[in-house]
Amino acid sequence: MTADTLLTPSPGGATGSDTPIRKRGIGLPTMLLLVAGGLVALAAARVITGADDLTSSGATRAALQAAVPIGLAGLGGLWSERAGVVNIGLEGMMIFGTWFGAFGAYNWGAWAGLLAALIGGALGGLLHALATVTFGVDHIVSGVAITILASGVARYLSSLTFANEEGGGLNQSPSVPQPPRVSVPGVDSLGGLERKQWFLVSDLAGIVRGTLTNVSVLTIIAILLVPLTWWVLWRTSFGLRLRSVGEAPHASESLGVNVYLYKYYGVVISGAIAGLGGAFLSMVASSIYREGQTGGRGYIGLAAMIFGNWRPGGLAAGSMLFGYTDALQLRRGAESIHALLLLIGALLLVVGGWQLYRRKFVVGGVAVVIAVLSVVAYFATDRVPVPFVQFAPHLTTLVVLALAAQRLRPPAADGIPYRRGS
Amino acid sequence: MKGRFDPVRILPPIVAPIGALLIAVLVSALVLSLGGNEVFSTFQSMYEYGTRPDTINSILNKAVYYYFAAIAAAIGFRMGLFNIGVDGQYRLAVLFAGALGGASFMGSVPGVIKIVLMIVVAMLVGAAWASIAGFLKVTRGVSEVISTIMLNFIAGGLFAWLLTTENLGVRAPGSNSVTTRILEKDTWIPGLLLIPGTNARVYGFGIIAILVGAGYWFMVERTRFGFDLRATGLSPSAAVASGVDAKRMVVVTMMLSGAVAGLVGLPELFGQTHAVAENVGGYGFTGIAIALLGRNHPIGMLLGAVLWGALESSAQILDLNDIPKETVTIMQGTTVLAVVIAYELTTRLTRRVQQRRVGETTGAITVPASAGVGTGRTEA
Amino acid sequence: MAEPAGTAGPAGAGASPAVELRGITKRFPGVVANSDIHLKVDRGTVHAIVGENGAGKSTLMKILYGMYRPDEGEILIDGRVAHLTTPQHAIAAGIGMVHQHFMLADNLTVLENVTLGAEKVAGIGSRAAAKIRDISRQYGLGVDPDALVEELGVGDRQRVEIIKVLYRGARILILDEPTAVLVPQEVDELFGNLRQLTREGLTIIFISHKLHEVLSVADAITVIRRGTTVASVLPGEVTARQLATLMVGSELPSPETRESTVTDDVVLRVRDLSVHTATGRTLIDDVSLDIRRGEVLGIAGVEGNGQAELVEAIMGMRESTGSVVLAGTDIDSWATRQRREAGIGYIPEDRQRHGLLLDATLWENRMLGHQTEKPNSTGFLLNRAGARRDTTRIVAAYDVRTPGIEVSAGALSGGNQQKLIVGREMSHHPKVLIAAHPTRGVDVGAQAAIWDHIRQARRDGMGVLLISADLDELIGLSDTLRVIYRGRFVAAADPATVTPEQLGLAMTGAAEPQSGSVAEPRAGSVAEPQSGPAESPGGPHRGEDPSKGVAE
Repeated sequence: MTADTLLTPSPGGATGSDTPIRKRGIGLPTMLLLVAGGLVALAAARVITGADDLTSSGATRAALQAAVPIGLAGLGGLWSERAGVVNIGLEGMMIFGTWFGAFGAYNWGAWAGLLAALIGGALGGLLHALATVTFGVDHIVSGVAITILASGVARYLSSLTFANEEGGGLNQSPSVPQPPRVSVPGVDSLGGLERKQWFLVSDLAGIVRGTLTNVSVLTIIAILLVPLTWWVLWRTSFGLRLRSVGEAPHASESLGVNVYLYKYYGVVISGAIAGLGGAFLSMVASSIYREGQTGGRGYIGLAAMIFGNWRPGGLAAGSMLFGYTDALQLRRGAESIHALLLLIGALLLVVGGWQLYRRKFVVGGVAVVIAVLSVVAYFATDRVPVPFVQFAPHLTTLVVLALAAQRLRPPAADGIPYRRGS
Repeated sequence: MKGRFDPVRILPPIVAPIGALLIAVLVSALVLSLGGNEVFSTFQSMYEYGTRPDTINSILNKAVYYYFAAIAAAIGFRMGLFNIGVDGQYRLAVLFAGALGGASFMGSVPGVIKIVLMIVVAMLVGAAWASIAGFLKVTRGVSEVISTIMLNFIAGGLFAWLLTTENLGVRAPGSNSVTTRILEKDTWIPGLLLIPGTNARVYGFGIIAILVGAGYWFMVERTRFGFDLRATGLSPSAAVASGVDAKRMVVVTMMLSGAVAGLVGLPELFGQTHAVAENVGGYGFTGIAIALLGRNHPIGMLLGAVLWGALESSAQILDLNDIPKETVTIMQGTTVLAVVIAYELTTRLTRRVQQRRVGETTGAITVPASAGVGTGRTEA
Repeated sequence: MAEPAGTAGPAGAGASPAVELRGITKRFPGVVANSDIHLKVDRGTVHAIVGENGAGKSTLMKILYGMYRPDEGEILIDGRVAHLTTPQHAIAAGIGMVHQHFMLADNLTVLENVTLGAEKVAGIGSRAAAKIRDISRQYGLGVDPDALVEELGVGDRQRVEIIKVLYRGARILILDEPTAVLVPQEVDELFGNLRQLTREGLTIIFISHKLHEVLSVADAITVIRRGTTVASVLPGEVTARQLATLMVGSELPSPETRESTVTDDVVLRVRDLSVHTATGRTLIDDVSLDIRRGEVLGIAGVEGNGQAELVEAIMGMRESTGSVVLAGTDIDSWATRQRREAGIGYIPEDRQRHGLLLDATLWENRMLGHQTEKPNSTGFLLNRAGARRDTTRIVAAYDVRTPGIEVSAGALSGGNQQKLIVGREMSHHPKVLIAAHPTRGVDVGAQAAIWDHIRQARRDGMGVLLISADLDELIGLSDTLRVIYRGRFVAAADPATVTPEQLGLAMTGAAEPQSGSVAEPRAGSVAEPQSGPAESPGGPHRGEDPSKGVAE
C-alpha cells in the first residue's frame, strides 16, 4: 500500500525484475500436510495442557462463526484491491451492513435483512468509489473518512428508528430474526466420540461436528462466495478486465476497457460483500445490532487478504486463523490462550532455530527470544488476563503479517489513483 | 515572473475548506429535514449556544487536545505515512505519565520537575509505541495502516490491564472507578482566564500546544529534515535518489508522530481530571480528520480543531431540543469527505492553470511533460 | 540510398488510401500539439512519420487510435469518414497501435494480455490460445501464450504487442518509435517482420526520429515539425541530411567533440562491483572502470543489461559489493547522501521518478539532492532565499523556459525540466557526473544545450559517466566507450572509429576481438583504443557531413 516505493529498490530492467520469484500458490499436497500438522499440534497441546476447549465442537463452531465476518471483509477487500482500489473503509461498510441488516430483518424478516445489508454496504462502496475513482482522492484518506462517517450515520439512523422501539436504543436494536441454520444429518452423533477425549480422534470428531452441524445459511453463502470469487475473477472476461484494471490500467484503457467502470464494479461489490459480513455480525453471531460490533474486523479482514496474497484460497485460510483467535475470547479464552502460549512457544522455537540455521540471525534471534518468553509466561502464570484475550486476534494479525509480509505480490496498480489519459 | 504570493497557489487552500463546509452544511440541512426537524432554528440554536462564553471556553479546550492529535497525524501524512494509531499511543502515554506523576516515590520532587518528567515520559511512551509500527514497516514491510490499527486494540487491552488495582491503578475510597493516583496540587497546571463573561478557564497546557504547532511548522518548512520529510511524501523515489535514508525516515517520522500523540492526553490530565481514568480515548480519528481538514498546515489545523470543537460543543444543545446530536457527527464526517474531494479538485485546477501559463510564456509548441502523456519521456 | 522497402501490397491506381487525415488540429491547455495536419497512407505500404521530439507525432497517432479526439479535422479510413472516439472504435475500424512504452500487465500471462478487451473474439481459454499460436506461426513471431509477461525480454514483449494488434484483426498498424529499445540487429529483424506484414496486405504507419532506419524501411515519408506537416516525400528522393533539415528547419546539431581533454588523474575508480538480487540473480558481474578528469566514459548497451543497476550502485542507491573510490577516497560504504555531498552529480534516467518533485516549485527542486549543501542550507536550516536566488541564476544560465521559479516542476516541458536538473547538478561542481540518458525525451534545442554543457564540463575537468541508448550521442560525446551486456563489460570501443553497427553487434553480446575499433577489454585495465582502418562512412551516423574528419 502506501509508501511502498520508498522501501523497495526500483525493479531491474525490462529483461526481468528482482522481485522474489512468484510461487504459483502452495500446492495441494503441501497444503494438506500443513493442515494435518496443525491438527496434530493442536491435539497435542490440548492433551498436554488439559485445555479441553481447544478443539471442542463448540470452539470449532465459534471459530467458524468468527471467521465468516473476517473472511467476508477480506473478500470485500480482495474485490476492491484487485481492481486497484485500496479499501480501508471496509470497517465502515461493515458497520452499514450491521445496521441495515438489523433494520431490514427487524422490519421484514431475515432475508430482507441480508438484502438490506448488501445494499447498505454497496452504498458505502459507491461513496468510496466516487471519492477515489471519480475525484481521485487518496484511497486511504477516503476510507478513513467513510469509516468516521459510518458510525455517525448508524447512530443517527438508530436515533430515528431503533431508539423508538421496545428493546432498542441509540446504540442497539431490538432483537432481530435470524436466518435459518442447517445441519448435516448424522454428524451430531459424533458428540459421543468427542467427549471421550482421545488424542487426535476426539479432536477430529469435535472439529467435524463443529463445522457440519448447526451451520447458518449465511455461513454457507459466505463459504460459497470463495470459489465463486475465484471463478469469476480468474475464469471470466468480466474478471479478467477487473483484474487488468488493478494491474495495468493504462494497458486496459488502451485496449478499450472502461477503467473507471470496472473500478466502480470492484469497489461496490467490495462494499456489498463487506455489508454481508456486517449482517453476519448482527444477525447470526448475535441477534441484535450493537454499536461497535465490528470491533476492527474490517481491518483484520484486510490482513487476511494480505496473508492470502490477494487470492481467495489464502484469504479463507487466513480468516480461519484469525477467526480462531477471535473466537477464543468467547469461550474460556483465558485458559485456551494460556495453552496456546506453549504451542506458540514451541512453533517459534522451531522457526527461530531454522532461521538461525540459515544464518538469518536477527529474525531467528527475535523468534527464539519471543519463544522463550512465551514458554516462560505459560509456566509462570495460570491464565491470561481478560484484556489480553480480547486483543488476541489483533496481536495474531500483527504477528502473522510480520512473518508473512515479505513474499507478497499485490496487484501492480493497487492504491494508485488513476486518471484517464494520464 | 509571478511572485511568491501567487493567487493560484494560495487561493485553493483557503477556498476549498470553505466550499466543503458549505456542502457539509447543506448535507446536514438535508439530514435534519429528513428527520423531520426544523433546519434554521436548529442551526440558530446551535449558533447561539455555541457563542456563549462558557461554550467558547469548552470549545477552546477541546481544540487544544484535538490540535495535538492533528499535528501527530499530520507529521505522518506529510511523509506519506498514515499513523492511525494516535489513539493507542496517547492512551498508553497518558497512563504512564499519570502513574509516574502520582507515584509515591515522586513525592519529594518539586512540582515543576514532575511536570516536565511527565511530559517527557508521555512523549517517550508515545514514540515507542508508534515505533513498533515503524520497525514492522521497514523490516517486514507491514503496512502501517493495519499495524497501527492493530496496535490500537492491543494498547486498549494493555491499558485496561494496567489500570487495575494490581498494577498502576488505585481505587479512591467510596468510588467505583479505578484511576491512577490523583496528582498532587503542585502538578496541576492552572488554566487561563481568556474568555470574558465566564469563570471557566482554558487549559494552561494550551500554550504548549501553540508551541508545538509552531515547532511543527518550523521543522517541516525550514529545516533540512523537514525538506527530506516533504520530499519523501511528494515522491519517495526522488527522495531516495536525493539521498534520503528511507528506513531511517520511516522510523524517525513514526516516532515523532507518536511523541506528539503522547501529548494528547496531557491537557486534561494537568488541567482538569488530574488522574487517568478508564474513559480516556477516542480522539485518534478526530486528529486524522482535522489534519485532513487543515491540509496538514499548522494554521489550518488550528482552525480545523476549533471548528470541530465548535461543532461538538454546540451539539450539546441539540440533545436538549430532542434533536439527535448525531447530526453533528454526520456533518463532521461529510465535511472531511467534502474537503478532501475539494482539495483534489483544486489541485488539479492549479496544475492546469500553471501549464497554461508555462505554455503561454514560453511559446514553445511542446506538450508539457505531465499533460496527459504518462511518463513524459517522449512528448507528442 | 537503400532500396524502397519490400513489395507493396496490391494497391491499384485509384484505390483509396488506407488512412487519410485532413486538417487535424489538437490543443492542450496552453499549447497546440497538432495544427492542420494532412496525411495520406496507401494500403500495403510502410509509411513513416518523422519529426523531432515534441513535434506532435505521438499525439497524432493517439488521435488516430481514438485515445484523443481532434479539435478540428477529419479522419478517413479506406475513403470513408471515421469517428474514432475511443480505442474500441479504432480497433473496429481495423487500426491497431503498438505503443512505444509497452502497455502490458506484468502479472498477467501473454494470453490474458492479448485477449483483454477482445474476449469476444475467441474467449479467454484454449480457443484463444490456439489462435494466438496460429498468428505467431503465420508471421514468425514465436510467442508462448502461457508465458508470464514479466518473464519476457524486450524483443518478446514487442512481439506480444504486435500479436495483440493482429489478434484484433488490425489491417492498419501504427508503431510508435518501435526501435527505441532495440539494437541494430533486432531492428533488422523487426523490419523483416514488417515487410512480411505488408506482403499480406497490411498497412504500417511507423513513427520515428531515426532517419537512417526510416530511409531503409519506409515506402513513403511524412515530415512533421512543430505540430504541422511540412513535407511528404519518397525515400529515394531525399538524403538523411535533407530530411533532418526538414525536421528541424535547420541543421541538426552534432554531439561530436573535438580535442581531447582527458588527463591522467583518475577521479572515479570502480573495481569488482557486483550487484545481486535477493533471489541470487546477478545483475552486475564484477565490473571495473576508471574515469579520469576531463574524460567522458560512455556505456552502450540494450536497456536491461545492467546500466541502471550500475548507476544505482555507484550512487549508493543499491546494495553492491566491490570497491568504489572517488578522488582517492573509499566510498563504497557511504550512503547516497554522503556520496552526493562528496561530489557525484546525478542526472537520472527517469527524471520524473528520480530527479524531480513534480508538485514542488522549481526552487524547491533546485534543492533536491543537495539539501545539505550551500546555498540551499546552512547547518540544519534551509536557506530558502539563497536557494531562490540560485534558482533564478540557473534558470537564466541554462535557458530554462519558465514564467517563474514558483512554478511547479511538473508544468515544465521535458527539455526544460532536464535543463534545470543539469544546471542544478553542474552548480555543485561535481567531481564525477553521472548522466543517464541525458537527452531522452528532450527537444532538439534542449538536446544541443545539454550536449554543450557536457562538453563544457569535460573541459572544466569533470569526469562524466554517460549512459545512453542514442548511439550517435554516445559515439559523439565519449572519449572512451564500453559495451555492457548481461551485467558485464564485454567490449571496449574507440569512439573515433567505431560505427553504430559494430557497437550494436557488441551490444547483443556477439563481440569478438577484431582488428578494428571494437575489442575485448583486457582484465583490470582500460583497453587501448586500436586505431585501425577507418570504417566506411556509409553509415549515416557519423554526423550528417561525411567530410568531417574522424578524430584520431
